[in-house]
Amino acid sequence: MTGIYAENSEGIFKKSVLEAASYASKIQNGPVTAICVGKPKDGEADKLAKYGVNKLIVIEGLDFFDAQLYANAVTKTIENSGIKTLVIANTYEAKSIAPRIAVGMNASLATNVIAYPDMSNGFTVKRGVFSGKGFAYVKLEKANKIVAITPNSTDLIENNQSISIENTATEQINASTQILSTSKSAGKIPLTEAEVVVSAGRGMKGPENWIMVEELADLLGAATACSKPVSDMGWRPHNEHVGQTGITIKPNLYIAIGISGAIQHLAGVSSSKIIVAINKDPEAPFFKAADYGIVGDAFEILPQLIQAAKNR
Amino acid sequence: MKILVCMSVVPDTTTKITFTDNNTQFNSQGVQFIINPYDELSLTKALELTEKNGGTVTVATVGLADADAVIRKALAIGANDAIRINAEPKDGQFVAEQIAEHIKANGYDMVLTGRESIDYNGGQMCSLLGALLSWPSVNVCTQIDVQDGKAIFERDIDGGRQNISSSLPVVASAQKDLCEPRIPNMKGIMAARTKPLLVIEAVSVENSSTYSLFESPQAKQAVRLIDASQAGQLIDILRNEAKIIA
Repeated sequence: MTGIYAENSEGIFKKSVLEAASYASKIQNGPVTAICVGKPKDGEADKLAKYGVNKLIVIEGLDFFDAQLYANAVTKTIENSGIKTLVIANTYEAKSIAPRIAVGMNASLATNVIAYPDMSNGFTVKRGVFSGKGFAYVKLEKANKIVAITPNSTDLIENNQSISIENTATEQINASTQILSTSKSAGKIPLTEAEVVVSAGRGMKGPENWIMVEELADLLGAATACSKPVSDMGWRPHNEHVGQTGITIKPNLYIAIGISGAIQHLAGVSSSKIIVAINKDPEAPFFKAADYGIVGDAFEILPQLIQAAKNR
Repeated sequence: MKILVCMSVVPDTTTKITFTDNNTQFNSQGVQFIINPYDELSLTKALELTEKNGGTVTVATVGLADADAVIRKALAIGANDAIRINAEPKDGQFVAEQIAEHIKANGYDMVLTGRESIDYNGGQMCSLLGALLSWPSVNVCTQIDVQDGKAIFERDIDGGRQNISSSLPVVASAQKDLCEPRIPNMKGIMAARTKPLLVIEAVSVENSSTYSLFESPQAKQAVRLIDASQAGQLIDILRNEAKIIA
């Protein structure tokens, strides 16, 4: 039986959870069970139902995210519900608990999975390796399996079900960790979830010029990103650094402004569906990886793009 | 305090990745290998913590003898000693089982890993070790400190940051921003030659996965250039032809 772990983001199931539901019901070829921690908001269960979930098990009694307690509670629920293959969206939360659940249920674990499995001879998944520079096909050998899928890699597939909700309480166990404080960047689209990303590099000449990058990003509903030198120089926060040693992203559209396109940077963005490179150097390697290119000075091109994005 | 740093040996970040034997193997010919960059951050942080609080830093790698040169570099940076578990690092679960055995037998206060290795990008080690040892685990840390017998972390979460504390022992993974990696100096390089590098044999573990085939990303078609004086056209193209923005 196939199930999903539905990450509960303050009561909401994000698109990546619905992708996991679609993926699971596709490989199950029928409805699947979802497990979440904490009660979701009204109407959220219906979102799961739309993508093939006919049963949601809500684990109650865990007040905050502790990887150990979450994973133990989810593992127990998986055992009780007979799930053999668990699909999970590969977020930071998933990375904290999926390996723990894998140990708990003695499962083979594949992270970074970007396509549906080949089940003609066992269970083989395609995953991203070498930080965007390659892909690997890996066969999961154990009877139990966990597949952590990269957000924005697989489709949403409508498969309407009627959903039942079941609540299950955990035993009270003290957590080994304690949350001291949490800060969320309000209003900003997280880079890993963004469908459009506007990214800039040293060609912007200084942090004060990011106002144009941000304006274009706002107009396009995009997240902002940057190259490694820019984050190393402190022009932008490190969590905007995309590339081999930063974040690997795969938005629908990646616009790179004033970034030459070093191999390490390209590794982090090459899975983007459409890439636009803007650089004054016509020999910049980025043009070889791009679908569209503009050779020119960012300071002349950005205002034109902003103006065009305003005209609709 | 006794800290273990788990280290992967990976191709240098500038490597052009190719495959060989009908795309069934990574082509390591001519490739320079380095300490996985995130593990290098773990190592530096471990050194900072033991310099402040006293203690030792051990580096653990699962790999064959060709990993030794890179392990010596970790010793040159400042680790006190190293162990190499003599086996091909098959997958994350295999590696974690090997290192967990060593930890159980030797006891540590803190185990640090990288957020992920830049070759197989599993991102599993920290949480796998936590589960195998029944320890707390804290992923993608941008700050790590030890105060009054507790570990204090700042970590990335989806869409933000969080400060958390944990009891010891604990396993944590390093994210960029944790610290600046150190470059070994001549004294360190000389000292590394005689520091202990213990080679131990692997334990047998149930097979979890098999890598069958590799693939390179598809080459892009030639770029379509738009004249700089007509840059605004790009937005029209993205909207109406590529239909990628609204």
